[in-house]
Amino acid sequence: MTEQEVPAIRVRGLEKAYKRLKVLRGVDFDVARGQVFALLGSNGAGKTTVVNILATLLKADAGTATVLGYDVATHGADVRESISLTGQFAAVDEILTGRENLVLIARLRHVKDPGAVADALLERVSLTDAAARRVATYSGGMRRRLDIAMSLIGSPPVIFLDEPTTGLDPQARLEVWAAVRELAGRGTTVLLTTQYLDEAEHLADRIAILHRGRIIVTGTLAELRALLPPAEVEYVERQPTLEDVFLALVGDEPPQDEPQQDEPRQDEPRQDGPGGAEPDRDAGDGHDVRAASEERQR
Amino acid sequence: MRTRFLSDTAALLGRSLRHVLRSPDTIITTSVMPIAFMLLFVYVFGGAVAAGPGRYVDYLLPGILVITIASGVSYTAFRLFLDMASGIFGRFQSLPIARSSVLWAHVLTSVVANAVSLAVVVLVALLMGFRSGAGVAAWLGIAGLLLLLTFTLTWLAVLPGLSAKSADGASAFSYPLIFLPFVSSAFVPTRTMPGPVRAFAEHQPVTSIVDTIRALFAGRPVGDDIWTALAWCVGVLVIAYVLAMAAFRRKLA
Repeated sequence: MTEQEVPAIRVRGLEKAYKRLKVLRGVDFDVARGQVFALLGSNGAGKTTVVNILATLLKADAGTATVLGYDVATHGADVRESISLTGQFAAVDEILTGRENLVLIARLRHVKDPGAVADALLERVSLTDAAARRVATYSGGMRRRLDIAMSLIGSPPVIFLDEPTTGLDPQARLEVWAAVRELAGRGTTVLLTTQYLDEAEHLADRIAILHRGRIIVTGTLAELRALLPPAEVEYVERQPTLEDVFLALVGDEPPQDEPQQDEPRQDEPRQDGPGGAEPDRDAGDGHDVRAASEERQR
Repeated sequence: MRTRFLSDTAALLGRSLRHVLRSPDTIITTSVMPIAFMLLFVYVFGGAVAAGPGRYVDYLLPGILVITIASGVSYTAFRLFLDMASGIFGRFQSLPIARSSVLWAHVLTSVVANAVSLAVVVLVALLMGFRSGAGVAAWLGIAGLLLLLTFTLTWLAVLPGLSAKSADGASAFSYPLIFLPFVSSAFVPTRTMPGPVRAFAEHQPVTSIVDTIRALFAGRPVGDDIWTALAWCVGVLVIAYVLAMAAFRRKLA
């Protein structure tokens, strides 16, 4: 097999139980190189367990998983050279400053000139002004940005993002989305877990739905849509979502470094909110509801 | 792999030492209780304790040093638990590092922090009139034994740090360790204790460690006590290390 033929991630028959609770009951999926792959599922579906097995933090009871062709069970060290993990909760050191966090990870990743790497990343995630402050003083969005920046050190070819936007406010969420798109643009393979349907819809090239320990469906958004009967054309007055209103009122500005933002209102409230940048956004809302109700019926 | 282990441990050690430097209360808290015990025993009970000739503070200090280490190592369990709970342990373990360097960094941090606490306690003892005629070799022997004891108790602390369900639970393991010196020759000679208590006191590890340090401070020959003390420390160290590494591997299974 040439290098291009080996998928970035290959999971076959993965099983895992905690005591008697079976969390994974035979999970299969492939992620091609450079893809953004969303593992979608409700709480307790087993998303984090899959990610932790792939990141070599957990051992599977049965089945195999490979990252860039390396088996997670037998070639853990090679897997860890190829990946980085952004866990469900921003795993940053609160007592250190933002810069110290990045320098620490850069040293542990054995990159050259950790200080310069840290400074470049601080710039990239707009934390330069807050670099010398302890992370304990950061807002949730700033922590998450730092968290993701820590995962970018050493440019690993495969990145796991476990529920990267859970608990974030809408602005911080859009910042994370932008970061994921940037990664995808650079050819990084991203495995993203989320419980938000719109997140998978906006970011992912392929989506797999994990339900009760099994992948019940995998495909592109279009393929998943095709599973349902063709959409009937209905005329519905389009009301702005609360998110549109919120973002229009508070403004959709580049990330601020102050945890307590006190921004002036924009003079002209925007009509379309940040959704204007994403043409398929509105079309998705109705679909999400139907997909969710469809899932309930099964 | 060896150089990687050393450089990873150094990087993580720098991190934990920053934690200690930025919350100096951990060193103060570690020293305050032993110093309070020392004040209490010397100035309140000391007059009534028949510990033999000489200043009571000279008799007392070795036991106080053991208590200092016992309370200091609980911070290792506490810090390790916080790393587990915050998810940064998982982040470190997903990096291409020598995995056990995460534990070693915490253990070495404990050694440094305890050394500082011990120095503070000895300074206070000097202010209270403690004097020793020990030579350089005896002081080195005392430092070496205290270092070994710190290593032993710190590896013991790794176990609750990895397996505790709460931060309080992680630090609570040290209470019996702090209590153990009270049923030993640390505060009063064992000869006045009733039979079974005396038998326990004379055969538990603290007595041999305390008696060895006391003999070294006084410039007396240490006799067989030092071998008993070393056997206890090394034996418990080996068991604690093996159990801690097993618990560590279970965390990644």
